Amino acid sequence: MSKQPVQNTLAIEQPDLTPRRSKLLSLRIELDPTRKESPWWMTIISVLLALVFCGIFIAANGMNPITVYSKMITGAFGTTFGITETLVKSIPLLLCGIGVAIAYRISVWNIGAEGQFLAGAMAATAVTVYFPNMPVYLVIPAMIVFSILGGGIWGLLTAIPRTYFQVNELITSLMLNYVAMLALNYFVFGPWKDPKGFNFPGTPVFTDAQSLPVLGDTRLHLGLVFAIIAVLLYAFLMKYTRWGYELRLIGANPEAAKNAGIKISRHILLVMLISGGMAGLAGMAEVSGVTHRLMYGISPGYGYTAIIVAWLAKLNPLGLVISSFLFGGLIVGGFSVQTIGLPSSISSMIQGAILFFLIAGSMASKFRIRRNG
Amino acid sequence: MDIFVQIVVAAISSGTPLLFATLGGILIERSGIIQLGAEGLMLMGAVIACMTYLNTGNLALALMAACAISAVLGVVHAFMCVTLRANQIVSGLALTLFGTGLSAYLGKSITGQPVAGAVPKVNLNFLENVPVIGGIFAHLDILTWFSFILVIVLHLYIHRTSWGLHLRAIGDNPPTADVMGIRVQTFRYGYIVIGSMLIGLAGADLLMVYSPTWIEGMTAGRGWIAVALIIFARWNPIRALFCAYFFGALDTIGFRIQLIGSEIPSYFLKMIPYIVTILVLMFLGWRNRNKPSGSPESLGIPYIREQRF
Amino acid sequence: MLETYSVEMQGIVKQFGSVTANDHVDFKAKAGEIHALLGENGAGKSTMMCMLSGVYRPTSGEIYIHGEKVKIRSPKDAMKLGIGMVFQNFRLVQTLTAAENIILGEKTSFWRGPGWMKKKQEEIEAIATRFGLTFPVDRPIWQLSVGEQQRVEIVKTLYRGADLIILDEPTSVLTPGEADQLFETLAQLKAEGKTVIITTHKLKEVMAISDSISIMRKGKLTHTMEKSETNERELARLMVGKELTAQKPLASRPKGKPLLIVDQLDVYADHGRKALNQMEFQVHEGEIVGVAGVAGNGQKELAEVLTGLRSWHKGSITFNGSPLKNASVRGAIEARIAHVPENRMKSGLAGSLGIVDNLLFKSYRKRSRYGFLRSRANRSWSQSLVEQFDVRTPGLDTPVRQLSGGNQQKLLFAREVDQDPLFMVAVHPTQGLDVGATEGVHRLLTEMRGQGKSILLISEDLDEVMQLSDRILVIYNGRMVGELARGEATREQIGLYMAGVRDEGDAEEEKVI
Repeated sequence: MSKQPVQNTLAIEQPDLTPRRSKLLSLRIELDPTRKESPWWMTIISVLLALVFCGIFIAANGMNPITVYSKMITGAFGTTFGITETLVKSIPLLLCGIGVAIAYRISVWNIGAEGQFLAGAMAATAVTVYFPNMPVYLVIPAMIVFSILGGGIWGLLTAIPRTYFQVNELITSLMLNYVAMLALNYFVFGPWKDPKGFNFPGTPVFTDAQSLPVLGDTRLHLGLVFAIIAVLLYAFLMKYTRWGYELRLIGANPEAAKNAGIKISRHILLVMLISGGMAGLAGMAEVSGVTHRLMYGISPGYGYTAIIVAWLAKLNPLGLVISSFLFGGLIVGGFSVQTIGLPSSISSMIQGAILFFLIAGSMASKFRIRRNG
Repeated sequence: MDIFVQIVVAAISSGTPLLFATLGGILIERSGIIQLGAEGLMLMGAVIACMTYLNTGNLALALMAACAISAVLGVVHAFMCVTLRANQIVSGLALTLFGTGLSAYLGKSITGQPVAGAVPKVNLNFLENVPVIGGIFAHLDILTWFSFILVIVLHLYIHRTSWGLHLRAIGDNPPTADVMGIRVQTFRYGYIVIGSMLIGLAGADLLMVYSPTWIEGMTAGRGWIAVALIIFARWNPIRALFCAYFFGALDTIGFRIQLIGSEIPSYFLKMIPYIVTILVLMFLGWRNRNKPSGSPESLGIPYIREQRF
Repeated sequence: MLETYSVEMQGIVKQFGSVTANDHVDFKAKAGEIHALLGENGAGKSTMMCMLSGVYRPTSGEIYIHGEKVKIRSPKDAMKLGIGMVFQNFRLVQTLTAAENIILGEKTSFWRGPGWMKKKQEEIEAIATRFGLTFPVDRPIWQLSVGEQQRVEIVKTLYRGADLIILDEPTSVLTPGEADQLFETLAQLKAEGKTVIITTHKLKEVMAISDSISIMRKGKLTHTMEKSETNERELARLMVGKELTAQKPLASRPKGKPLLIVDQLDVYADHGRKALNQMEFQVHEGEIVGVAGVAGNGQKELAEVLTGLRSWHKGSITFNGSPLKNASVRGAIEARIAHVPENRMKSGLAGSLGIVDNLLFKSYRKRSRYGFLRSRANRSWSQSLVEQFDVRTPGLDTPVRQLSGGNQQKLLFAREVDQDPLFMVAVHPTQGLDVGATEGVHRLLTEMRGQGKSILLISEDLDEVMQLSDRILVIYNGRMVGELARGEATREQIGLYMAGVRDEGDAEEEKVI
């Protein structure tokens, strides 16, 4: 009896489903095996249903859900400030989202983007801490390279146990999130703490050379360009390159990929290096572009939200752009309702609900209701 | 000797929430469903138990509320995995993300309010003078005793009863179980709900006994450690007990090292459970490289009734 | 006088989505007989029997048991009516013991101490001995041989009081010797008044054991007759729907140079078991070598080693004059070894990808430049292959899982043959295909042979092996135990080798794993 590791049997696409029916009055519910993709409107319905569902909890808190939602929408998209803030939040989401999407393409369940984000942020900060006198034109490139390496190595820490020790990457990547968080706390409370910061848990503020340029007087920074280049590269890679073909093959059928002479473990290592690298770059963009220092609680869960971003986008590049923008708006909206007395964690509740309704919706749309006879 | 007793007591107290969550996970995974929602379920169980207790002062009600909310979330997971046959990994992740968000949302108003001393202890005074045993068992709380009983009951249930036999069959080979007249889907629903209740109880236990104030994200990955513990325990309740206490001990060891005045920053000591989890999984992977892991054969594969063979 | 039938199925229709598996079938079996349901793969036999045993529910039609109309909604209903079925893929839980499998689903006695279990084991052993079906009751299933597992299945039906026993393709997993033993058991069951239905596509079996015969073709039941009224030739014609062309023997070819030399090969299977033991054989240019054997004797590992999917431990493989790289799929592809894997959808094709991506499997490294795929050129190349091999598809982007089995296999052959291989490892290449598609595959294989290419044909279908092979090797327990040339091979001789008997009278005691 040969047994495959569980991971391999869980491709993103569901296995071939044969028709099944159960009788419901005179209607018949049937699973249509030929439908692979759920229709686009199903995604919208799922998101709306999730909002309705969360509305119940908002109402339970004594608020009118419609007021809250409209406040969130105006907060996120209603003003120029709101839109640039939303874009600022969508930069790390898009970069992390690309990272997890490329891993999910080959059924590697990286849920460690949060830790890889933090590792990248720490690596970039290390450049500012240990090489304060680096030539100006080298600082930003060095921070980029270090952050990608830092996040990538953090990703490899997940990939190596997976490929050489058959360890489920879900658990490893999640455990490493906590390790990264504790490491960050160590640095900002310990050796990297700003001596002139009145005990604030954070590094000294970056110099101009260590910060990404911003657009006008907004907080929108050059990271947006990184994210857009990354998403274009991702799209191009998957569609036109030999390596993209190999990844598609592994994702569609790992057994068959082995038959084509593809060494899957090598690809897992490489993909996790890139996946972590993207999240690491997001971490660099955040410290260098937004906070201008490494500090406690730097990520409001970007790495986790990125998982939902990737699913909403169905791993599709254009979808990633749209969904990261929407979720950026959700985070900003969450902050804007704090003024009317709701916790900002409302946005993480809505995020979880959206993921639930998304998977329910995409499965439900495979069922078809037919009249009997 | 005293040190040993102290460590065991500390291991039991921080290991019990892990044990409840692992037992719940074992029931669910034995029926063939992957359960990755433990973190979210524990948080929901904790926050609901805390809210109920602060509002009513009734422990039983608080525990029941924790079980009830996680049962509801369990039904959702079951609906996703069993009825809709959605990807079990993603459904579990959604459960974790949703539970984390909702618990933070609900718990905002009660953050920092203590619920200490809510769970009564079972004082076995006659044991006090017995060395070692007395130190460990004389003053345990009722939830811990309940977890002991649960381990034995589950072990006997799985290996010595007709329903336990059905459970093993459902997880290993659902089509066969179905042909033999076992209602696979119904049982899977049942086990997911009961297992989820135990995980919710784990959250309540963590909050009411181990660290008696609600803080956002207070489980700190314990739900995920429980997922790893299921693998360490090879889906066996008795082994789960020892594995949970081992990790309970690791959880407290950092604290102890600090007490004796070590120079190691506490941040690194707090990393121990997470890093050991990975290392143990790697060790098991290396040792079992040529052996089956002992996981249920059909874990993670949705069962389709009228499948053509 | 009205004859009473043990089973009567009337006007049975079964549809799966838009596919009609059974089309108004009327089937009857008399009490106390062995009734053979004969038909090709995909003729709808198993579907019929699954409806009788409650696994499927008919779309329309009626079932009568002993003259009474019944509704069979679930396997449990079937069990209550005394119907038991032994499926082709056994319905056994591998990790449970034989006895636990047999009592599975029993609702009596919630608590099951060791004493209760012991009583049950004795009860089971009593039934087993009565019908000559011995197996170790307290060992987990995965430790039993295939033959033993089948016995567990039969005892399972008897334990539950079945008096109508259905066996779905029971001999497909047995050696000829084990099959004979099974036939004795079936005769014993008949003697005790039980009704037995077997589904099969093997004519010889039908003639050997059945009392009556029903023939199914393309979802319809075409004929029912007594065995005494018919003969093998007629059955063959009725089953296939046309007179089987007398198989033309392949023109013999002069033996070419040795192409593949396998020497003293030791290979381990997944969990450390030795799968190939001192394996030795050769394949020459321009010949088809058939490998016969009971499943699980090392065929899978042999195919994997030759195609680079598995490493070997000791020994050597020389291919086309130079040593083959150990465990390198690319090495095998570059050495021009083609592979038709056992289960095309599991490991040969990627069901959710389109035609082009599936055709590129082996050649994408050549068909790209500087790391970029040559999309346009690859498309026209795919189009020409699709036309050349007559793959029926709505378009080049259609996910291949939507193609029929025959077209999928054509696609796979197109990909492999286009690589201009010297040697092909073909594992069960016609499994699950209908007659037309099977013939197509056979034609492709013989054409390759005609071009001087060599083929190692690993198949459990003895007829196929005997029809196509220039030489037949018999694999047993990881070794080639027999070699027979085309003319001299007989079923009986192959059967003996398959059971591990090397020479007459020298029966080996080793058990088939």
